[in-house]
Amino acid sequence: MMQSFRIPGAGRLTPAKTMRFTFDGQSFTGVAGDTLASALLANGVHLVGRSFKYHRPRGILSVGAEEPNALVDIERDAARKTPNVRATVQELYDGLAATSQNRWPSLSFDAGAVNDLASPLFSAGFYYKTFMWPKAAWKSFYEPKIRAAAGLGVAPDQPDPDHYSARFAHCEVLVLGGGAAGIAAALAAAETGVRVILCDEQAEFGGALRFEAGAKIDGADGWAWAQTAIAKLSAMDNVRLLPRTTAFGYYAQNFVGLAERLTDHLASPDANAPRERLWQIRAKRVILAAGAIERHMVFADNDRPGVMLASAARAYLNHYGVAIGRNVGVYTANDSAYAAAIDLKKAGVDIAAIVDLRDNPSGPLVEEARALGIEINHGRAVIRTGGRLRISSMSVQPKNGGGERKIAVDALLMSAGWTPSVHLFSQSRGKVAFDEETKRFLPGIYAQDCISVGACNGTDGLAASVEEAYAAGAKAAKDAGGKAAKAAKPKVEASENWSRGMLGAAPGAGPDKIVKAFVDFQNDVTAKDIRLAVHEGMRSIEHVKRFTTNGMATDQGKTSNMHGLAIAADTLDKNIPEVGLTTFRAPYTPVTFGAIVGHARGALFDPTRKTAMHGWAEAHGAVFEDVGQWKRTWYFPKPGEDMHAAVNRECRTVRQSAGLFDASTLGKIEVVGPDAATFMELLYTNPWQKLDAGRCRYGVMLREDGFIYDDGVVGRLAPDRFHVTTTTGGAARVMNHMEDYLQTEFPHLNVWLTSISEQWAVIAVQGPKSRDIIAPLVKGIDLSDEAMPHMSVREGRICGVPTRLFRMSFTGDRGFEVNVPADYGQAVWEALWTEGQKHGACAYGTEAMHVLRAEKGYIIVGQDTDGTVTPADAGLDWAIGKKKTDFVGIRGLTRPDLVAAGRKQLVGLRTNDPKIVLDEGAQIVADPKQAIPMKMIGHVTSSYWSENCGRSIALGLLTDGRARMGETLHVPMPDRTIEVEVTGPVFFDEKGERLNG
Amino acid sequence: MLLIHCPYCEEERPELEFRHAGEAHIARPTDMAAMSDEDFEKFFFIRSNPKGVIYERWRHVHGCARFFNAVRDTVTDKFVMTYKAGEPQPKKLPGAGK
Ligand SMILES: [Zn+2]
Repeated sequence: MMQSFRIPGAGRLTPAKTMRFTFDGQSFTGVAGDTLASALLANGVHLVGRSFKYHRPRGILSVGAEEPNALVDIERDAARKTPNVRATVQELYDGLAATSQNRWPSLSFDAGAVNDLASPLFSAGFYYKTFMWPKAAWKSFYEPKIRAAAGLGVAPDQPDPDHYSARFAHCEVLVLGGGAAGIAAALAAAETGVRVILCDEQAEFGGALRFEAGAKIDGADGWAWAQTAIAKLSAMDNVRLLPRTTAFGYYAQNFVGLAERLTDHLASPDANAPRERLWQIRAKRVILAAGAIERHMVFADNDRPGVMLASAARAYLNHYGVAIGRNVGVYTANDSAYAAAIDLKKAGVDIAAIVDLRDNPSGPLVEEARALGIEINHGRAVIRTGGRLRISSMSVQPKNGGGERKIAVDALLMSAGWTPSVHLFSQSRGKVAFDEETKRFLPGIYAQDCISVGACNGTDGLAASVEEAYAAGAKAAKDAGGKAAKAAKPKVEASENWSRGMLGAAPGAGPDKIVKAFVDFQNDVTAKDIRLAVHEGMRSIEHVKRFTTNGMATDQGKTSNMHGLAIAADTLDKNIPEVGLTTFRAPYTPVTFGAIVGHARGALFDPTRKTAMHGWAEAHGAVFEDVGQWKRTWYFPKPGEDMHAAVNRECRTVRQSAGLFDASTLGKIEVVGPDAATFMELLYTNPWQKLDAGRCRYGVMLREDGFIYDDGVVGRLAPDRFHVTTTTGGAARVMNHMEDYLQTEFPHLNVWLTSISEQWAVIAVQGPKSRDIIAPLVKGIDLSDEAMPHMSVREGRICGVPTRLFRMSFTGDRGFEVNVPADYGQAVWEALWTEGQKHGACAYGTEAMHVLRAEKGYIIVGQDTDGTVTPADAGLDWAIGKKKTDFVGIRGLTRPDLVAAGRKQLVGLRTNDPKIVLDEGAQIVADPKQAIPMKMIGHVTSSYWSENCGRSIALGLLTDGRARMGETLHVPMPDRTIEVEVTGPVFFDEKGERLNG
Repeated sequence: MLLIHCPYCEEERPELEFRHAGEAHIARPTDMAAMSDEDFEKFFFIRSNPKGVIYERWRHVHGCARFFNAVRDTVTDKFVMTYKAGEPQPKKLPGAGK
């Protein structure tokens, strides 16, 4: 098809630069610089989609970001499918493939359009009322049906192959919006030498100058002036221009989020180029130059393809050289539509008639239209349109009733006036104020260092806007530290002046009429729906909005909010400010997840921490588990072994010979200074003053409320030096906890805290052969039981490198923890591994570690405790220094509930059938025959198969557990109830003889 | 994202570098063990949660690592001022009337 609606000589595009594209599989051509919308219109295509609820045929309403109708699916390849792309924003590229949405089987015949006929069923609040009954039908019937029918486009089903970039930037003056006002503000600010950033959502700067043919600035046509000014700004080192960039969110302290589209307009983007870039800009001053958005007229069947905003038709003509029809009607309550009619008429398009709701429109534009021979019907309304897939007629009637006249048209322009874009101002927490005279919300009280200029500030006329913007730019720059501006102020020599307009429903959509007069095109909300919401009892606009969904689509009500508000106010017989304006929220236009996520995907989503021995474990077939950010070795399966077999072998080998375990992830903190012991006394329940240097102690840390916060073995290296270990997961918060007390509660103590978690690699060598394995490699330390008993620490050398050697055990067998500087971790591990091989030792992972400690009843904080467990509950009251007068948690421990009877206590649980392994988290009851809900008296915290015990073992927290030894209790599961016997928590080597075995 | 002035680093840094640490000026008694249940409840559980000016603790955790105090408005989120830990609660706030 030829571009039969492209008018030779009109617009700014170069006709020779043609591009091919497809829409619903049909091939078309467009021109470089087109949007998908302008290219479709050049080919006479208005029908581009079906509406959300009623599946009504829809065309292109606008020329910009406010578009509610023309949402299409753009597909580059199988993984690059973007739904709900606004055709008015998507720039054309050669080979672009677009498809329409929300229709089946085709756009011209859509089975879903039956909703339109059945529309009485789908009035506002329908979902709330109808689908609530019967309740059972919701899950099986209503919800699946609604979900399938809901939404417009189809989400892509493959991972996004593109990548997205992100930048932080700082500037003195950030100008949001690159129309005449924004450019003038940027010029003034830039001249002072401060850093200026100017952004605009369009590909080219110029804003409304794109269509405002009557503008003349500094002797040039408005658009030409804008391009000259942009060229000048672009040459300045202190200015950054960001076209194709939408300021979508305005946050605290002038922090603004911008999304820059980098490749969506390119035919074949560089595979390495980011698709979008997220800018997070901190500006000393922000200038809001967001312009205004034209409103449609609310009348019956105002949604047929071919019905369009007047300014949009004008932009298609004056910028893209496209006529939106051959016989065009106009319906307006505002002068700006006259300018559109005049431009079209001059370009050779027939104007069937201008229908003006106002009684006596006057002014230069009205006179000019009349002089061009355009028929003007004032004091009249368009009460209906005809046509199916495209408008074919408009029916005109005197606004107070009377004879109806049908006029044939193939397009209809409409304008109810302009709504200042106060979205970003409102997001900045500024308070809008209603201007009674002009019936619009304007920036009122500012909350941040920003200023609105031009149309978004309600400033009418180009000259006044440029004047205001220039002054604001100069002042913002000066306030932010710039020099006085010296550039010449742009001189506006000619501009158009558009007065007023109307809000709410026009006569054709009066309260007595059962018609579809659309207020919100994207969500299919009509004037009737809003009236119904009021009749149903909604009083605030926030309720009306939610009941009708007016303004809740992805266009966020850019064209519909004010009309909806006016209709609600009218129905309530209240003034608009009394009904209220909904709050504007980010994002201003939809932002891709990609832009928000940026590089934080896959491996870069979160840091991965690996120990010094990670490579060895990987090479030896370890399976890893994630513990926080750490990759920990879970188990080391031999060929043919599953997890169960590997863990059983590891557990057996450790107790028979020995095992090597990578304990490097344990948190480690060095507490140093003359007051180190005093500090330790305050932070841990245990006594530390009398612990000899060279000895270790198991420490328990509480919060002030008396509950266990962390635990770990602490070695005293010297009177003024403690090597503290924490749980893997607790490392950072324990450090924070200690720093908090040291800095704010005990600042008089002379102590230094240093995190040494990553400085020391830790190799646990556990089992009866552990001493034999390390002995040949250790120098300068006497390893005999007499010289180095259980729970002691020595400094010396291993394999020639420094070591802090702990004799300690988390298995109950003789054991050592070899600390070496992390860089030597793998080399020392390998040397120990070689020695271990001689004794039949194995490498074991976290699973075997868990089983082995559970066999001994050693708790894991965070698994066997949950933040409500006291030392007494866990059987650790021996670790509390009885003579101490203060430590963190000392008062909490005596709180009434913490000393009351009936607390849950740590116990062992043995299933009567030794083969059954309980589920961790399973609940315990006394009487399995009681009625549901049963009284739950405890739960399982740890549960394993113990190869060494030849049976299952479990730990649990049980009400009055220690008084229930020998009782039989029950663990109800979905398929059966399991009998358990309550025992002590130690299952293996109860006397603890193996520590020296 | 807020900009927060660290009184130790003496410059404004992005909120990402900081961590909130609860209400300020709740001193831990020196005779903890002797506290009544009522006093412990006030000390540990009860917080002011005002609409308006609040005194808070913050930590420049990804910076100098120091804890400090801040005065903030819970309505606007704005920081009124920050000061070092241990300094007295400011009686007169910048920008406030007499
Ligand atoms: Zn700091």
